[in-house]
Amino acid sequence: MPAFRAACLGGIYNNYLALEAALRDAHRQGVDAIYCLGDLGAFGPHPDRVFPLIHDHGVRCVQGNYDDSIGYGLNDCQCGYTDPRDNHFAQISYDYTFANTSANNRCWLKHLPQEIRFEACGQKVLLCHGSPRRTNEFLWESTTSTHFLEYLVKEADADVILATHSGIKWKRALSRDRLFANVGVLGRPENDGHTHVWYALLEMKSDAPPEIQFVPVEYDQRRLAREMREEKLPEEFVETILTGWWTTCLEILPAKERRRGRF
Amino acid sequence: MSNGLSSPWVHLGHLDDLWFQIAGTLCNLRCHHCFISCSPTNHSFGYLSLETVRRRLEESVALGVKEYYFTGGEPFLNPEMVPILEETLRYGPATVLTNATVLKEAWLQRLAAVERQSLYSLEFRVSIDGYSPETNDPIRGEGTFRRAMEGTRLLVQFGFLPIITIARTWPEEQDHDIRERFRRVLSEAGYERPRVKILPTLLLGAEVERSRGYAEHEQVTAQMMEEFDTGKLVCEHSRIVTDRGVHVCPILIDAPDSLLAENLADSLRPFQMSHGACYTCYQYGAICSNATQSGG
Ligand code: SF4
Ligand code: SF4
Ligand SMILES: [Fe+2]
Repeated sequence: MPAFRAACLGGIYNNYLALEAALRDAHRQGVDAIYCLGDLGAFGPHPDRVFPLIHDHGVRCVQGNYDDSIGYGLNDCQCGYTDPRDNHFAQISYDYTFANTSANNRCWLKHLPQEIRFEACGQKVLLCHGSPRRTNEFLWESTTSTHFLEYLVKEADADVILATHSGIKWKRALSRDRLFANVGVLGRPENDGHTHVWYALLEMKSDAPPEIQFVPVEYDQRRLAREMREEKLPEEFVETILTGWWTTCLEILPAKERRRGRF
Repeated sequence: MSNGLSSPWVHLGHLDDLWFQIAGTLCNLRCHHCFISCSPTNHSFGYLSLETVRRRLEESVALGVKEYYFTGGEPFLNPEMVPILEETLRYGPATVLTNATVLKEAWLQRLAAVERQSLYSLEFRVSIDGYSPETNDPIRGEGTFRRAMEGTRLLVQFGFLPIITIARTWPEEQDHDIRERFRRVLSEAGYERPRVKILPTLLLGAEVERSRGYAEHEQVTAQMMEEFDTGKLVCEHSRIVTDRGVHVCPILIDAPDSLLAENLADSLRPFQMSHGACYTCYQYGAICSNATQSGG
């Protein structure tokens, strides 16, 4: 295979409108495959609207912490927050998502794999949720040393590792043309005052290093906000969708990432 | 300190966090709850030099260390602290645990510039014990509340977002109220989006006299470890460098068996959880990965 292109979607968080828009864009780009790195639920409205899109478009999914929780009927999302206010809001979206995910879909989530591995253009790719070693590990750009990433690729025997979970995209080139990227999320904007969300295009060639390109996704965020209000989801979440600034999950952000936001 | 025979062993999963006991046991304060009894006259551990830090940073690359932490005593008593942080930010993210009472503008200005150019975050964790002089100063010393707030204000002025850590000296049920009061006091002091964390108090060092030591039954047993996620323990993913060598964790440096080796590579062996403090870790999880009460 001389070239291979894949769309890699991060956490969807029930944002089926952004998912639709991302899928449309991925097809327009003519990708060879579409993957989702987990966390189909959380935050947004109508969890069950995500699943038909995933199935219809042949999206292969990794199991995120949310999917594991919903699938196994656990009491919380296992996101790994440490602040009581963050946990309070996380619990609201978890209870809502759990109550509104059908038994069939819950069962499907339960059986998702914790990682997906494939080879393309002679290189080994590993897709995971938080990190190869822990589903709910947060890997932030400003608190992850390059030699730690070198350790991860070596330990995982991979040339490319892609993850999500933290909610903010970033990438780093490693030695011998290896690559780590956090693909960001489709579920909510990334705390920069812009309302669009992101997915990642992985591009592999047999005669060049692998590349990641981040693609902005515009979608009908007003409609999403309206539906969130109709479902009585917290106004704090709606504000994030409409302004692009995070209002919750703030205490988990490292200094640099926190400083870029408003709150 | 213990009946070590039955105590379980903790194996290091991976060395994620490398700590430096950068100011030894020297501190400008003498807080009642300081678990390694730091003070202006406690020389049992000394400062680490830039040279020592550099050697361990270099060694940490091959081991794939993720983050670096600095504690004491008060790290900023170390005359080389600013260049040490400057050097560290070339390797990875750095967190400093400080009492914020000795910070100087010139240092913060330089550190802010260094952090801006670095890929990595420089975090400050400021220890305070009450939201007023009346609640804080009896524990940390006369005038320390005002000085810590001034230090916090300085950090904010230079663009940092310090995390204010409070050792819990009240019943757990009051956490919410006290956190809110803290937030209010901090925003009045000019810190508009204060980050606040509450920590359990360890029963070690000076804290033993302040409240009580560990009771005989407060020991971790092999049975307790079944189904327990050892990843919650600091010693499962950290080591700390002092001027004596490399120890198992920041909490136990005073205990002779905590000294594991001279260099990092040889310090990666398992450790037996035979200490009373291990019991607190068992109950509360990774109290240090983001903070301890030492070092500020
Ligand atoms: S005090 Fe805690 S971190 Fe230190 S060895 Fe005991 S369990 Fe591990
Ligand atoms: S708790 Fe911190 S500030 Fe207080 S004496 Fe110990 S090291 Fe110094
Ligand atoms: Fe997640």
